[in-house]
Amino acid sequence: MWLLSLLERRKKMKEFGVLGMNRRNHSYIGRYNHRSKFPMVDNKVISKQLAIDAGVSVPKLLHIIRSPQELILLRSELELLDEFVIKPAKGSGGKGIMVIVGRDREAWIKASGDRVTFADLERHISNGLGGLYSLGGKSDVVMIEGLIKADPIFDRFSFEGVPDIRTIVFLGYPVMAMMRLATHASDGKANLHQGAVGVGLDLTTGRSLKAVQFGRPVEKHPDTGHAFGDLEVPHWRRLLELSSACFDMTGLGYLGVDIVLDKDHGPLILELNARPGLAIQMANGQGLLPRLQAVEKLTIGHTTVADRVDFSQASFSRWREMGKVSMGSEQPVPQG
Amino acid sequence: MHSNKRHVTLAVFVLVLLGLTVAGYKHFVLGFPLIPGESAKIWDIEARIHFRGENGPVDASLAMPEPGETFSILDTMYVAPGYGFRTVERDGIERAEWTRREAVGKQSIYYKIKIQNSLPVAPLPSRQQPDKEDSQEPVFYTQTLEGAYKLAADSLIERAKASSSDEQSLTSLLIQSLNETGELAEAKLLSDLLASRTGAGRYTQTDLVIRLLQDAALPTRKVRGVLLEEARRNQPLVEMVEVYADGRWNMFHPETGEEGQPDNFLPWQRGGTSLLDVAGGHDSRITFSSISRSVPLEELAVTEGRKAQAALVDFSLYALPIEEQNAYRYILLVPIGTLIVVLMRILVGLKTSGTFMPVLISLAFMQTKLVPGLVIFLTIIAIGLWIRFVLSRLNLLLVARISSVVIVVVGIMAAMSILSYKLGIQQAMSVTFFPMIILAWTIERMSILWEEEGPRDVFVSGGGSLLVAILSYFAMTNPFIEHLTFNFPELMLVILGITLLLGQYTGYRLLELKRFRPLVEGH
Repeated sequence: MWLLSLLERRKKMKEFGVLGMNRRNHSYIGRYNHRSKFPMVDNKVISKQLAIDAGVSVPKLLHIIRSPQELILLRSELELLDEFVIKPAKGSGGKGIMVIVGRDREAWIKASGDRVTFADLERHISNGLGGLYSLGGKSDVVMIEGLIKADPIFDRFSFEGVPDIRTIVFLGYPVMAMMRLATHASDGKANLHQGAVGVGLDLTTGRSLKAVQFGRPVEKHPDTGHAFGDLEVPHWRRLLELSSACFDMTGLGYLGVDIVLDKDHGPLILELNARPGLAIQMANGQGLLPRLQAVEKLTIGHTTVADRVDFSQASFSRWREMGKVSMGSEQPVPQG
Repeated sequence: MHSNKRHVTLAVFVLVLLGLTVAGYKHFVLGFPLIPGESAKIWDIEARIHFRGENGPVDASLAMPEPGETFSILDTMYVAPGYGFRTVERDGIERAEWTRREAVGKQSIYYKIKIQNSLPVAPLPSRQQPDKEDSQEPVFYTQTLEGAYKLAADSLIERAKASSSDEQSLTSLLIQSLNETGELAEAKLLSDLLASRTGAGRYTQTDLVIRLLQDAALPTRKVRGVLLEEARRNQPLVEMVEVYADGRWNMFHPETGEEGQPDNFLPWQRGGTSLLDVAGGHDSRITFSSISRSVPLEELAVTEGRKAQAALVDFSLYALPIEEQNAYRYILLVPIGTLIVVLMRILVGLKTSGTFMPVLISLAFMQTKLVPGLVIFLTIIAIGLWIRFVLSRLNLLLVARISSVVIVVVGIMAAMSILSYKLGIQQAMSVTFFPMIILAWTIERMSILWEEEGPRDVFVSGGGSLLVAILSYFAMTNPFIEHLTFNFPELMLVILGITLLLGQYTGYRLLELKRFRPLVEGH
C-alpha cells in the first residue's frame, strides 16, 4: 500500500514536471553550467566586479580585505562606517554574512539587534579570511559593501532582514521567481528550509501566487500576520531584465539570481547562484521542468534581454493559465 | 549530449561484462569459490625410502608420481638430511634423485607430496604430450606361458574375443573370466600360477592379466599407484592394468576387470621403469602413507593457478605479501562503502556531513565492532563539539582551531583507551582505528552547522552520516561481500559500472517524494 502510494506520487510529480535534485544536477547544472564559470558566481568579489563592468546594479562595494594585515590597516576606515555588510567572497548559502545596521558609540548593532565590538568584527573577518565559510576551508577574501535599505513596501511582510527575490534564469530566460521572507522561525534568515516563507511570483505581473512555509501553504505571514494576497513587487519588468542580463554576464545557463529592492536604488543584484535550490517550485505550486523544456525547445533563441523577458512573461504566466489575464493582452490586469 | 549518454552506457556495458567475465573465468576455470567457506579435501602422501648404505657414494632415485588429469600436485617436499637433491628426466619420466658422497648404515629419505582432485585447470602445453609413442612399444617383462597354460590362456582369449565388441570390453571380459575359477576349467588351471600368500608362484594377478592381454595382442602396461585412504600408513603400492585402445590408455582393475581409474587411485609409476633405484645401498624399501585434510578452496585455487602460471593469479593480490593482502582486504571494501554512499545520496537523498566520511567511519567500525564503535564515535563527537564551542570563544584562526581540535581528539582517544583498559573494556582500546583528522573536520563542520543552521541540521546530517556508516558497515562486514571483493577484485569494475550508471540517474530521490508531497497534493 505504502509503496503503491509512493509510486502514485512519483507519477503525479512527473506529470507536474517537478524538477528533482538528480535531474537538476545532471541535466541542467551539469549540462549548462560550465565548471570554468563557477568562480564567477562562487566568488562574490569576481561577480561584483563583473556586474560593475556590465553595468548591472549591485550594492555598493566599500572595501576588499585580502589579508589580516589589510584588516589592521582598515580599522580606522571601518570606524567611520555605521551601516555595512561583511561578506566573505566564497561564502555559500549566506554563510559568514554579517549585517551591521547601526552604531551605538563603541559598539555596532547587528540586524538581529545584538551588539558587536570591533574585536567581534575583527574575529568574524579573520574567520572569513581563514576560510571558515568557504567550501573546503580555502582561504578567502572578505568584502564590505553598503547596507541595502529595503524598500519599505515589504515591511509588513517581513519579520527581520531584507526580503529578496530569487529568479531562476535558464539560458537567459527568467523561468520562475519567488520572494523569500524571513520569519521568527527562520531566525531572520531568508532560507526556506529554515522556516522562511517563500512567495511564488507570477512572471507577468510580479504578484503573489501562493506562499509556503516548511513546504506547507500559508495565507499570511506568521509573525506580521499580513496576508500575502496583495503582495506585488514593484519595478517588476526591470527586475526580470536585470536577472536575465546575468546570463550574458556570466554565461551560466542555469542560474539563480537574488535581487533586493533598495529604497533608493531600486532592484540590486545581491548574489548569483550556480546551483539554485528546488524550493522555488513549492512556492510557485508548479514544477520547473515544463518551463525549462519550453526554453530548450526554442530553435532560435532571443538575443536581447528585452526579447527574452517578453517571451518569459508571455509563456510562463500562471495568471494567464489560471484565466486571470486575458489571452493576448500584454498589459496585466490585476485582480483584487 | 545523447552520444555522451551512449558513451556511458557503452562504458557501463564493457565494465560490467569485463568484470563478470573475469570473475566467471576465475570461478569456472580456475576454481575460485563464489561462496566463502567452501573447502576441498587435499591429500598429503608421504613416501618413505629406507635402505642400508654401503659405506660409499649413494644415488637413490625415485620415479615422481604421474598424477595424470585426475589429480594435481600442489606441492612437493622432501626430508633427506645430508643428501643433495635434483630432479632428472629419464625415459621421459621425471625422477627425484638424492645423492650423497658416503652413506653408512640405515638411511631414511622422506618424500612428501600434496595432491588434490584436479580442478579443471587448462593443462599446460608441455604436459599435454600424447601417449602415442608409448603405445607402440609395450613393455614385455612377464614370462611367456607354456604348455597347458598357454592353451588355457588361448582358449580364454578366444572366448572373450568372441563375445566382445572392442578392446575395452575384451579386457574386462578376459579379467572377469580369470575370476570364474568355479565354472571355467581354464581359469582354474591358470589360477595355479598365481602366487599364493605364502608360496612363491610365478605370477601375480596383475602379471597374469598382463600376460593374457599381451597374448591377445593388446598393448598393455602396468600402473602402480597409491590408494588414497584416510590415515593409511606404510602401505605398498597398488597395481592396475592399462590397455591402449582408441588412442589412449584405459585403466582396468586387475581383479574385477572394472574399467576406469578409481577416484582414490593416484598413479605413481607406469610401465617398466623402476619405481626406486638405489645405487650404493641395499635392503631398499619404500612405503607410502596418506592423510587428508580440508583447506579453503580459494587457497587451493591460488596454489593451482600459480602452478598453471595463470596470469590472473600471478598478477593478482595473492602475489603480495600476506600483510599487504590483509590491508587490501579492507581497501577493497571501500568501493562497497562508496557504492552505499552513492545509492543513499542519489536514490534516497540522505544528507551526510562530508560525502565519504561515513565510509571511513564504517571502516573504523569494522575494527571496533558496531556498538563499541558507535559509543566511541558519539563520545568523541560530543566531547569534541563541546571543546570546539569553548575554542570558538577564544577567537582563533581557522587552521589553528582545527589543529587544536585534532589535538583534543587525540587526547580524548588516549584518555578513552587508558580509562577503558583500567575498567577492563577491551573494545574501547580499538579507538585508535578512528581517523582522527576526519573526526576533527567532522566536529568542525558540525559546529559551524550548529552555529549557522541550528542543532536540527546537525542532527539531520549527523544522523544521516551515521545511518550511511552503519549501512555500509553491514555491507562491508557481510562475509559473502568480503569474500567476493577480495577474491574477485575484478568485480570492482562492475561496481564502477553501476556507479557510472547511477551518475546518469535523473529520476526522483526517495526523500524528494516526501519533500514535494505538499506540492502535488495541494491540487
